[in-house]
Amino acid sequence: MVGLETSDDAAVYKLNNNQALINTVDFFPPMVDDPYLFGQIAAANALSDIYAMGGKPLLALNLVCYPSCLPREILSEILRGGAEKVLEAEAIIAGGHTVEDDEPKYGLAVTGIVHPDKVTANSHAGAGDLLVLTKPLGTGIINTAVKGDLAGEDVINRATETMRILNKDAAEVMINTGARACTDITGFGLLGHTAEMAEASNVSVEIWAKEIPLLPGTMDLAAMGMIPAGAYNNRQYLQEKVNFKGQIKSELELALFDPQTSGGLLIAIPQDKADRLMQELAGAGVEGAAIIGRVLRQGNYLIDVML
Amino acid sequence: MWKEVDCRGLNCPQPVINTKKALESIPAGKVTTIVDNSVARNNVTLFAQNAGYRVEEKEEKGCFYLTITKDEAGGKQTVEKHHPRQREQQKAAGPVYLISSNCFGQGSPDLGAVLMKSLMLTLTESDPFPEALIFLNSGVYLVSQGSEVLPYIKSLAEKGTTVLACGTCLEYYRLKDKLAVGKISNMYEINNKLTGPGKVISIS
Repeated sequence: MVGLETSDDAAVYKLNNNQALINTVDFFPPMVDDPYLFGQIAAANALSDIYAMGGKPLLALNLVCYPSCLPREILSEILRGGAEKVLEAEAIIAGGHTVEDDEPKYGLAVTGIVHPDKVTANSHAGAGDLLVLTKPLGTGIINTAVKGDLAGEDVINRATETMRILNKDAAEVMINTGARACTDITGFGLLGHTAEMAEASNVSVEIWAKEIPLLPGTMDLAAMGMIPAGAYNNRQYLQEKVNFKGQIKSELELALFDPQTSGGLLIAIPQDKADRLMQELAGAGVEGAAIIGRVLRQGNYLIDVML
Repeated sequence: MWKEVDCRGLNCPQPVINTKKALESIPAGKVTTIVDNSVARNNVTLFAQNAGYRVEEKEEKGCFYLTITKDEAGGKQTVEKHHPRQREQQKAAGPVYLISSNCFGQGSPDLGAVLMKSLMLTLTESDPFPEALIFLNSGVYLVSQGSEVLPYIKSLAEKGTTVLACGTCLEYYRLKDKLAVGKISNMYEINNKLTGPGKVISIS
């Protein structure tokens, strides 16, 4: 049902009229010092693709790269963090695979399930929909600053908390309130994943830069040049597809391209249902969600960014 | 003091950290950071400019040499010392217009274009005529080929108004070879105009 051509979050395979399988895989090296938290973040990030498709995770397999020179206890902590997240997602870990490697990496291959008529593919956005982002941006910039020892403890803690939050509650609310299309914000940054959604849905999108929630510290650290290479790559790749209107500070512009770890969901929802979505997100304890733009008919650019 | 910080082979954020440390270690002077990739170049420049330092860039054999000037009072001071001389030069000057959009005002872009045209026409008849017109961001469309207001801006330039177009912006909108009036400028020069003695009027 969903494959490579729309750059969606996961593959979806229809089994029968009532069930479709969702498959996805993601793993990466640590961005936090604490192995338990790293496990939690990596698992939340991998599970997120299932939620972005409107599905429920069933089964997960661990993917581990680990150097033989590091103590086994650290690996146990990573796996414990991952296992607890999978449990929180009401799925089970059914095994996994480990490879020896110089740098540790961890993630999951996840299988989920969805009703074939209720897939929130990134290709379902329609003109007139509003766009809701469920987590603040800035994790790439903050992680870069962490490497340079320039991020304060509060900033790091807040970013870590955000990254380990599952998109489970946000996804449940989205399904119940009738969202059409969804994707999760990860390596291509907000504008990269928005562009994929616009392209797959044959629409254009208007993003309201002022409305975009940012993690505390993001703008200050961006102004200090803590921009990861990925943000510049994303900007380069989208150069001709994104039109910036008005004077947007270059650090804000770069934050919109900032690659996210375990980012939030970007949900396209018909305008008349958006208020209910926002209320129910708040009710479900999803903090920091915001309406950040709207879907337009296909125009000259995939994305117009206004101040 | 002049320090060299060789960041070739280093990935972000290390070049920024090393540059920052070098700047903090000297009371005043210059730091030249050498980087070999554009991410490091962009980040070091972003850092230095936001910290209020002046940055000059030279590219050689695939490496970028970024020379950052720190004055005695630290950052944010580099422009100050140019004031007195400028003040003498520009006694009876008209206002400086900073035009950072190709539309005048928020709202309908069509209306914005009409208003911009009307403003430019008005400026050609104003007395004293503007000391400078600075075109920034989408404002650079106004000084590029195909702009409706070119005749007005050209007539002002003939009267002696300095017309500056932001080079970064021209590059961004790919208009560098379409500039039809005025000169390509940089943020340093633009900032000097803005902090000069003339009244600055911002049009966006």
